[in-house]
Amino acid sequence: MIPLKDKDKPIIRKLLDAGCCARCILRFCCVAVQSAYRLSYEDICRELSAFVRDSEKEQTHDVTIQTQKDDPPQKKLKLENSQAGEHDTSAAATVTAECGRDTAGASVCVVCLGVLQDFCNHGFAKKVAEAVKAENYEIESLVLSVSLPAQLSVREHSCWLHIKKEVREKSMCLGKDDVIQVKEAFKWTLQTMVSKELRVPVLANSPFEVAVGFTHAETDADCHFLATTCSDCFKPTKNKLSVFTRMAVVKALEKISDDKFCRNFPCPPTKPSTECSPQDITCLHGSVFVAGRYNKFSRELPQTPWVIDGERRMEGSVEELIAAPLLSSFRAEGFNFSSSGREDVDVRTLGNGRPFAMELLNPHRSQFTKAEIRQLQEAINQSSDKIRVRDLQIVTREAMSRMKEGEEEKTKSYSALIWTQRSIEKKDLEFIENIKELTIDQKTPLRVLHRRPLAVRQRVIHSMSASLLDCHHFTLRLRTQAGTYIKEFVHGDFGRTKPNLCDLMQTETDILELDVESVDVDWPPAVPE
Amino acid sequence: MPQKAPSVIDRYYTRWYKTDMKGKPCEDHCILQHSNRICVITLAESHPILQDGRTIKNITYQISDGCSRLKNKVSGKSKRGGQFLTEFAPLCRITCTDDVEYTVFSCIRGRLLEVNEAILKRPSLLLEKPSTEGYIAVILPKFEESKSITEGLLTRAQYEEVVSKRTNHQPDLC
Ligand SMILES: [Zn+2]
Repeated sequence: MIPLKDKDKPIIRKLLDAGCCARCILRFCCVAVQSAYRLSYEDICRELSAFVRDSEKEQTHDVTIQTQKDDPPQKKLKLENSQAGEHDTSAAATVTAECGRDTAGASVCVVCLGVLQDFCNHGFAKKVAEAVKAENYEIESLVLSVSLPAQLSVREHSCWLHIKKEVREKSMCLGKDDVIQVKEAFKWTLQTMVSKELRVPVLANSPFEVAVGFTHAETDADCHFLATTCSDCFKPTKNKLSVFTRMAVVKALEKISDDKFCRNFPCPPTKPSTECSPQDITCLHGSVFVAGRYNKFSRELPQTPWVIDGERRMEGSVEELIAAPLLSSFRAEGFNFSSSGREDVDVRTLGNGRPFAMELLNPHRSQFTKAEIRQLQEAINQSSDKIRVRDLQIVTREAMSRMKEGEEEKTKSYSALIWTQRSIEKKDLEFIENIKELTIDQKTPLRVLHRRPLAVRQRVIHSMSASLLDCHHFTLRLRTQAGTYIKEFVHGDFGRTKPNLCDLMQTETDILELDVESVDVDWPPAVPE
Repeated sequence: MPQKAPSVIDRYYTRWYKTDMKGKPCEDHCILQHSNRICVITLAESHPILQDGRTIKNITYQISDGCSRLKNKVSGKSKRGGQFLTEFAPLCRITCTDDVEYTVFSCIRGRLLEVNEAILKRPSLLLEKPSTEGYIAVILPKFEESKSITEGLLTRAQYEEVVSKRTNHQPDLC
C-alpha cells in the first residue's frame, strides 16, 4: 500500500529513534502518494512496522513500534536485531501512534509537533467543518490553507541534517526539496476529510478558503539562535508582531552552514512535552464584483459619504443606496465602490448613467441567477427615488479594469444652467456653436486643491451649444474630454481656468445647475430587459 | 427661473478682513477662506490702491534680494516645498504711478501654494477684479490651524463697521 523501498529502511530506523511520527517518516521517505497519508494513523504505523519487521528477518533490528499506549501485547511488535548496540541504532526505538484524543503521555512528534498526529483525523476535520457551517456560507468548492509555527522549519532542517548523514553513507540520492512538506501532507489528509464533511470538492483555485493555524509556545525559542547567526534575515517590521516570520526563518536556514546549525541546535530535535494548539478556524470567500450604471436624480446626494472632521454633512450617498441591498443579498462583510469618474453633490447624472462597480468583500453567498440579479436591481430602485440602477451584473475582477482604462480619453456630455451678468439675447449665444475642440488650461481647482497636487492640465471641449432661457440665463450643453472641470470652466476659478466662459462671453458668468448627460464608457455591457 | 444665486465666493468662501495692516491706515486685506480651508488673499475694496483714479506702475513678488514668491514651488498632494508664511510675511509690493509703494501681507500662517502671475502681465486686473482674477496669493493653512488662523481677523460685518466709522469720523485718514 505504501510505496517504500529497501533503501528507506535505514532512514525509517533513524527517524523512529529520533521520535518522528509515522507521517513525518513517510515525508522524509519522500512518499508522494497522497492516499498513503490519508490512511489512519494506526494503519500507517502497522504498515511501517510490518515493513521494518520484514527487514528484521534478515537483519534482526530491535525496533518496537507501539501503535497505541497501553495496547494489548499482540499489537506490540518486537524486532530482533543482530546489530543491536552497534553504531547509533538504539536497542529499542519507539514510535507512539496516537489515533484519537488519547494524547496524555504519548510522545509528540519532534518535527511536526503533533500536527500530522493529532490533527489529521476525522475528529479534527469535523471540527473544521463545523466552524465553516457555523458561518453559513453557500459554497461550491473549498481550499484549505495552513499556517504553521516558524520553528517547524528549524525542526525540519534539524531532522533533515540528522538523516542526511545516514543517507550519504548509504549513497542514496535524496534532496531536501524531495521531502514532502508538513503543510502538503497535512492538506492532503485533512482537506479531503473536510471536503467530505461539507460535501463540496477541493479546488486548488477555489474562491473559498478555510484557514487553519497552529502555534506551539513551548518551542517558540527554537528560532532565536538564528537571529545571532543570520542577523540580517531578521529586520523588525512595523506590522509584524515577531521578527521570526516563517519566510525569514526559511531564508536564514538557506544561508546557515550545516556545521553552524548543528553547533547551535540539537540534531535530531529535542522531544516536546506538548502538542501544537490549533488556532481559530477562519473562512474567507474571495470578493465578488457587481457592475452596472447609475443615475443620480438628486442635487443633495453625494456619491460617497460626505464626512468632514468626522461629522456627516449629508444623509445618504449613491454608494450606500446601491450597496445596502447587495450587502444583504450577498451577505458580504463590506464593499469597495468605484466608478468611472464622479459627480459633485449638487450634480445630477442623467441619460444612460455612470458605470460603477462594487467589490463585495467576503460574500457568504456568491451564486445568483440572472433573474435574481434583476430582482436585486429592482430592490435597489425601489429603495430610493434619488437614484436608479441599470445593467446590473456580476463581473470578474479583470473586466472591472475596463471601466478605468482610457478614462482620460473618454468624452462626457453635460448640460448646465448659466447665469450672465450682462443682459443677453439669442444672437449673443450664436458664436458658442462655432467653437470646436477648444483647448483650455485648468489649474487644479481651488475646491479640490487641498487634496490634489497643484498642476495645470490641458483639457479639450469638443463642442458646445446654447439655448437662451431669458436675458440672464441660458442652457449650455457641452461635450468634453473626461476630467474637465465644468464649473471652473464657467466661472473661471479666480482666472485659474483659461480661457473660461467669462472670457468667451465677455461678462461674468456663473453656473447654477449641472447635469451629466452621458458618460461615454462602453462598459459594463447593456443587460437586455 | 432661479434668481441670480449667491456668487461663487458667497457660496463656498468665508470673507475675513485685516484692517490697517501693520498700522498703515486703510491698508485693508481680505482673506477668502474656502470650506476646504484653502485661503485666497486679496485686497479689500477699501484698500488705497483701489480708490478712484489710482493706477499701478509695478507689481513685484520679489520681496527682498534673497526671496521671491515667484520661485515658490509645491509638489504632491501634501504640497511639499511651499514657502511657509507667518501673518506678517510680505507677499508682494505694488507701486502706483504716484510712486507710493504698498506691501501686501500674508495675514495668516500657512504654506504658500501659488501667486497670481496674471497680475504681473496685466496689473489692471487687480483694479478691475480685485476679489477674483486680481487675487494676490493662495495659502494653505495647517490642518490643525484652519480654525485658529482667523481668530485675529474681522468678519464681514465687523469690517463694514470699521469702514463706515472711518468715513464718518476720520475721513481725512485715507
Ligand atoms: Zn510528525
